Amino acid sequence: MKYTLLLLLFIPFAFSADKPSLINGAGATFPYILYSKWFSEYSKVDTTVKINYRSIGSGGGIRQLIKGTLDFGASDVPMKEYEIKKSKKPIVHIPTTLSAVVLTYNLENITQPLHLTSAVIAQIFDGRIKKWNDPQLTALNKNIELPAQDIIVVYRADGSGTTAVFTEYLAKTQEDWKVGYGKSVNWPVGIGGKGNEGVLGLVQKTPGAFAYMGMGYAMNQKLPTAHVKNQAGHFIEPTMSSVQESAKDVGPRQSYIESIVNSKREKAYPISSFSYLLVYKEMEESIGHVIINFIQWALSDGQKFSEPLYYVPLPENVITQAKSAVKNIQLKNASS
Amino acid sequence: MPLPKLFNSYPKIKEIHISDRLFFHILQILALLVLAAFAALVLLIFLESIPALKKFGVSFFFNPEWDSWKEDFGALAMVWGTFISSILALLIAVPISIGVALFLNELAPVWLAKPLNFCLEMLAAIPSIVYGLWGLFVLAPIIRSPIQEFLGKYFSFLPFFKGPQYGIGMMSAAVVLAIMIIPTISSICKEVFRSIPSSHKEAVLGIGATKWEMLKTAVLTGGRAGIIGACIMGLGRALGETMAVTMVIGNKPSLSLSLFEPAQTMASILANQYAEADSALHLSSLTAVALALFIISLIVNSSSFILVWNTQKKFSRG
Repeated sequence: MKYTLLLLLFIPFAFSADKPSLINGAGATFPYILYSKWFSEYSKVDTTVKINYRSIGSGGGIRQLIKGTLDFGASDVPMKEYEIKKSKKPIVHIPTTLSAVVLTYNLENITQPLHLTSAVIAQIFDGRIKKWNDPQLTALNKNIELPAQDIIVVYRADGSGTTAVFTEYLAKTQEDWKVGYGKSVNWPVGIGGKGNEGVLGLVQKTPGAFAYMGMGYAMNQKLPTAHVKNQAGHFIEPTMSSVQESAKDVGPRQSYIESIVNSKREKAYPISSFSYLLVYKEMEESIGHVIINFIQWALSDGQKFSEPLYYVPLPENVITQAKSAVKNIQLKNASS
Repeated sequence: MPLPKLFNSYPKIKEIHISDRLFFHILQILALLVLAAFAALVLLIFLESIPALKKFGVSFFFNPEWDSWKEDFGALAMVWGTFISSILALLIAVPISIGVALFLNELAPVWLAKPLNFCLEMLAAIPSIVYGLWGLFVLAPIIRSPIQEFLGKYFSFLPFFKGPQYGIGMMSAAVVLAIMIIPTISSICKEVFRSIPSSHKEAVLGIGATKWEMLKTAVLTGGRAGIIGACIMGLGRALGETMAVTMVIGNKPSLSLSLFEPAQTMASILANQYAEADSALHLSSLTAVALALFIISLIVNSSSFILVWNTQKKFSRG
């Protein structure tokens, strides 16, 4: 009896002949829903692969990738110069999906979407505009009866790519934006919710609330979203196609690592961004080819899973660029 | 105070059978592992927080700014938020908890005491995220609309009731915390009251005291140190509570006097920012906050242990 138990312990090793490749990844929380869908779908395509992804946040993913404890990382913002320098091995960014930051609000009896400019958004978020019926707001929304209510600003309390993209947009478009930009900033007014869910809860429960959040969450909950004036002067509704539009300038001249915030294109929603997978430029053959196969699949067949989950599929031009980046990844033998 | 000697009454270790000695040593190692884990934890937190403490010095604990964009970090707003929310929670929870403990121990009939005890234990078993969600979706709207509306209307000259109607903020956090620490405080109070010998109570009743006088003199006065210990234990729990507070406090590092303004606690800023902190200084400052929280909790918890332990010892000696 004793020995049968001992034997049982060895059973896993007996099957290691056709060992499944176990890939370890970690990083951004924002694309987690899409990624886990991808991993489960991909395990049906290639049954020998098991991908393990922990959504510990972009920062954590980058830190662990630099230390070399992961096979791939994931981030909502491109790695910074000093982070790239810290890594011993060169790292490649692969865009996987697109998203946008939308502005949502809780105003009773207002069914038409609000129209906003970056100047007005910035002034609400740094506390200069305090009431919903501020002249600057009513001037933009002449056919909407805005109430004399306090604007309750709601922001993301935890560090997040959503905040990074949103503050980057404000810093880029408004010279007098003093709050700064990054994954967590010191907001002068308002209340903070933890995670998109926390912000969502606060917006739904607080009359007069005004918040930024990931597009998927707002769409999923059917929250009202403001139309934002883009560089070309049009008020653009955040939709799958208007977000895709903002990535269409990516090509041989403009790398996808550059920000696509405040796009010049006519129909582009101005607060959009990529989410990236981060992989080493040189990988061991055994793991490398599995990762490359997965990325190829994600960039082609995988894209169709985006829309039902409220992620924006990449446009053709970005996919072309991403695929050529994948071709540059070098595989080497473990023995060499 | 002399600590109890563990092996005084047993034969010397050498005289014990080998298997018992082995057993003793194995258990000793396991017990020491706890100490080692504790020491490793302290060491790690301390080492990680050195860069921030070097950069900002002692002023780290007196600086109300927390700005990761300007890389200006100070823990004062978080220390303030932690203490105010916990003390407000104590103010609400202590009278209720002592009342509950007295009622359950001394007054309630058995058919009522049993289900009440059960409910009290269930309160302690609810995960803190559930308290947080309840605070966000049920409590905050109540605080916003009747409570703050009323206080803001008639008492707005006081600095405690100012501010826009957020609903969440210091007040919501304090109420949620209070509900969370009631089971802790009242169950320890119950233990303290139980350790008071019934001969004391009978003696007081015997000289003609009413039930209330008996409770006041024998139970409350006799168990005073233990009650204070129970309160400090509750304080310890409130200081470290993370998830529920994070959901309802508004997460804004500020030094406002108003009960309705958002604030930030040490535990909640760690929960919020640690995962996505980019710069080394940001990470190190967060660890320094953790170090401060750790030291404060250590002081608070150990003082409560000493107080409760003393009460029980006092009566067990007779």
